[in-house]
Amino acid sequence: MTDQATHAHLDNPEHAQHRIVTPLQYFFVYIIMLALTGLTCAAAFVDLKWANAVVAVGIACTQATIGALFFMHAAFQSRLIKLTIGAGVFMFLVMVTMTMSDYMSRSWGMW
Amino acid sequence: MSTAIGNTIVSLPDQSTARLPKRHYINNEYGLLSWLLTEDHKRIALLYLFSVTFFFFIGGAFAGLIRLELLTPQPDLVAADTYNKFFTMHGLIMIFLFLVPSIPGVLGNFLIPLMIGAKDLAFPKLNLLSWYVYMAGGTLTLAALVLGGVDTGWTFTTPLSTHYLNTHVITAAMAIFITGFSSILTGINFIVTIHRMRCPGMTWFRMPLFLWSHYAASLLMVLGTPVLATTLVLVALERLFGIGIFDPAKGGDPLLFQHLFWFYSHPAVYIMILPGMGVVSEVISTFSRKRIFGYTAVAFSSVAIALFGFFVWEHHMFIMGVSSYSALVFSLLTMLVAVPSAIKIFNWAFTLQKGSITFETPMLYCFGFMGLFTIGGLTGVFLGSLGMDIHLTETYFVVAHFHFVMVGGGLMAFLAGIHFWWPKMTGRMYPETISKLAAVTTFIGFNLTFLPQFVLGYLGLPRRYAAYPPEFQVLNVLSTAGATVLGFGYMLPLLYLAWSLKYGAIAGSNPWQATGLEWQIASPPPTENFTEIPIMDHEVYDYEWLANKTKKEVTTVG
Amino acid sequence: MDSALATTDPADLHAGQEHGHVSLPQHRHHFETVEQQREAGSFGMWLFLLTEIMFFGGMFLAYLLYRNWYYPAFVVASNQLSVRIGTINTMVLITSGFCMAVGVWAAEMRRRSLLVAMLVTTTLLGVLFLSLKYGEYHEKYELHHIPGNNFNISMFTNPAGYGIKEAPLPPDMAQKTQVFFFLYFAMTGMHALHMIIGLGILCWLISRARRGDFSAGYVAPVENFALYWHFIDVVWLFLYPLLYLINRHPMH
Ligand code: HEM
Ligand SMILES: [Cu+2]
Repeated sequence: MTDQATHAHLDNPEHAQHRIVTPLQYFFVYIIMLALTGLTCAAAFVDLKWANAVVAVGIACTQATIGALFFMHAAFQSRLIKLTIGAGVFMFLVMVTMTMSDYMSRSWGMW
Repeated sequence: MSTAIGNTIVSLPDQSTARLPKRHYINNEYGLLSWLLTEDHKRIALLYLFSVTFFFFIGGAFAGLIRLELLTPQPDLVAADTYNKFFTMHGLIMIFLFLVPSIPGVLGNFLIPLMIGAKDLAFPKLNLLSWYVYMAGGTLTLAALVLGGVDTGWTFTTPLSTHYLNTHVITAAMAIFITGFSSILTGINFIVTIHRMRCPGMTWFRMPLFLWSHYAASLLMVLGTPVLATTLVLVALERLFGIGIFDPAKGGDPLLFQHLFWFYSHPAVYIMILPGMGVVSEVISTFSRKRIFGYTAVAFSSVAIALFGFFVWEHHMFIMGVSSYSALVFSLLTMLVAVPSAIKIFNWAFTLQKGSITFETPMLYCFGFMGLFTIGGLTGVFLGSLGMDIHLTETYFVVAHFHFVMVGGGLMAFLAGIHFWWPKMTGRMYPETISKLAAVTTFIGFNLTFLPQFVLGYLGLPRRYAAYPPEFQVLNVLSTAGATVLGFGYMLPLLYLAWSLKYGAIAGSNPWQATGLEWQIASPPPTENFTEIPIMDHEVYDYEWLANKTKKEVTTVG
Repeated sequence: MDSALATTDPADLHAGQEHGHVSLPQHRHHFETVEQQREAGSFGMWLFLLTEIMFFGGMFLAYLLYRNWYYPAFVVASNQLSVRIGTINTMVLITSGFCMAVGVWAAEMRRRSLLVAMLVTTTLLGVLFLSLKYGEYHEKYELHHIPGNNFNISMFTNPAGYGIKEAPLPPDMAQKTQVFFFLYFAMTGMHALHMIIGLGILCWLISRARRGDFSAGYVAPVENFALYWHFIDVVWLFLYPLLYLINRHPMH
């Protein structure tokens, strides 16, 4: 491949250089994931009032993000792939918020 | 040669010497297995063509039966619950087995690789699989029919579907669940292909608008269809085990079903119409010999439709007890979604302006599309207006609205596309006069069928009943008469297109003098599409480039 | 430039020297380069996962709604799940994900035996997860906590009678525990179904890996399957706190 072509590849948003993650790096991620699991479990046994749910979902989101970024290599993927993931999350949130907007503006808390 | 045809742009080769290419995708291999196991996108497109046509005529038969029953005010042809099964089958088949897969499955499959200058779709095996999955879904739908039918309406409304019927709801739900996977696979394939397989020089803004609209429709397929899948699974589980997710008696909420179902089904209407809009863009540009006016606007309006399409679903639920505040918001958003559609209509109209328009059959169908889709879209805005909808919902007004967009829009576009690319797909021309007759017949028949339904609905006739008060008979008879004409109009293409396979004039590679890459190769195309990967070195819809190219060809050959 | 872009001769593609890529028998004709094929494959896989997000999304939406409506029932019903098994299962899945990731690395490094070992460990952990899950399901079956006609609410109306330290629920709210259990079975069931499909694919991958199919630079199936497997893990990472840990601290 010519230099020019290689260069064109670099700013192509649909393309990313292939990157290999080493087992050691995976191991760090693995430990963090386990630690977060312990944390979320422990947090559930402490009374944080409304914040319990927030903490639980927050930790789950963190774990999901770490998993996607490193185990699934999203961090080293092209912008296109990142956009794809973003689109999925976005559409899911649209579904949830728009539906909940109906329920919440209709006799919320009166069932 | 073009003079022989009269005031058209058709330029057929000299018929006395013209030959089809010696080797092309159809005669490349023989035998049933070579078709059933093919990975060639063009052959898979033909498989789809046969199967969607088959299902179209089955769905059509049910439409005929419905209209026949409605000829008289009493339910005298069939009992009311049989009538319910008729319209359910009609809806299920026409929506999931015809409109959703028709244009993507046939024209999209055939043309996407050709238009972007690729040898095939990104995942040929997946493409074949999607056809098999589609056939499995179709077969299961027919099984539901043969076993005794379903009568939920195509919307599977709970708790009707889960508690009050003992027809084959689960079979039908599974059939649609499976069919959904076919469109997911198609969608994934199209998106990856359009991103990854474009030939050198084919930038996003040099892509024919057909590709933009298929891209947008594929996004909807990928993001919307899985939600339908979940919903149907839940309905089936509710029915099987009585688990109560949608059952108020057990704490479930039927409205949740509606939210989930329409979260898919509103975008689904755009899955049905967007590919059609792509066809119209190609045809209008070719037969007015102009670049599409406002190319970028038309391209982005497809994506905008795909995006906004996800924000309006509650307009199907206005009278179901949703909160009035959120109904208000959804009503406003519904108005917005009409804007990108309008952008397209206006831009097509401006493309026509001062173009050198010719009136070949595909163009006639496209005129039909523009007129009928505009009416359909505008009545959609009526329905989207909260106050108006409370009067019109669940009446024939809604029926007329969606038939204007789906039949007047989607089906007209499908026929336009089939005629337009018929020479490319088969190497032969369809007969011009009779096909024009068919186009005009469908247009007249369509209006006769569905215009009266607007009036009926406005007067308050509810949909989905086998009987009606006698004072509505005149309009219903008109509608049935129109349906007969319409049915005749749809039979014609079946006959003359089959005829043309053997007797049609040899088309040559570019009978319409169109600019797309697909027209620069032989018709029918060779199996590998391009002997040499093309390089897109000009803008899309560049008729000057084409004229220069043709001139050069003549000098080099002569 | 020309030769790089206008390559058409299939023989040329096979040889592939011009692109500076290894020649691979798995390279399909309609792709110009192996790299294009690989990126197309992983993009396709990501799009598939996108549909999976939406597929599970519908159920998460239902969960969110009913949890808000029937919070007391959800709390009590959730407390009947075993945190211990849930947590162990979470760790099992994370570990299997780690093994899968190392498996991908082994394939890239062309270490055949390590790859096979990792795939086998992943499979075993998957089986372990499902067995633990089966145990949980079985317990619910015996307690009549499977939604449907045999569903029994007495444990929630009269917890003391079962030796459970929980405030009794009024009968209508106790009925709503059925909604929780339905969602529990639907979501974990769908998750388990995905795992079973995944285990099937894993077996196929193991047999191919042993043949050495992935030891010559062609790793796409392993890589794409890993995406699927990690995705299932991620779904579980949400299911775990949402189903098992709603409110574990003692009620006041
Ligand atoms: C252009 C903008 C559009 C607007 C504003 C619009 C608006 C609406 C509204 C508000 C309804 C609900 C009516 C009711 O049930 O009370 C409706 C129904 C429907 N629309 Fe549209 N629509 C549009 C375009 C389309 C298109 C392009 C299609 C299909 C290709 C379509 C197909 C349908 C169908 C099938 C229904 C009826 C579903 C049912 O209840 O069986 N619409 N539309
Ligand atoms: Cu709609």
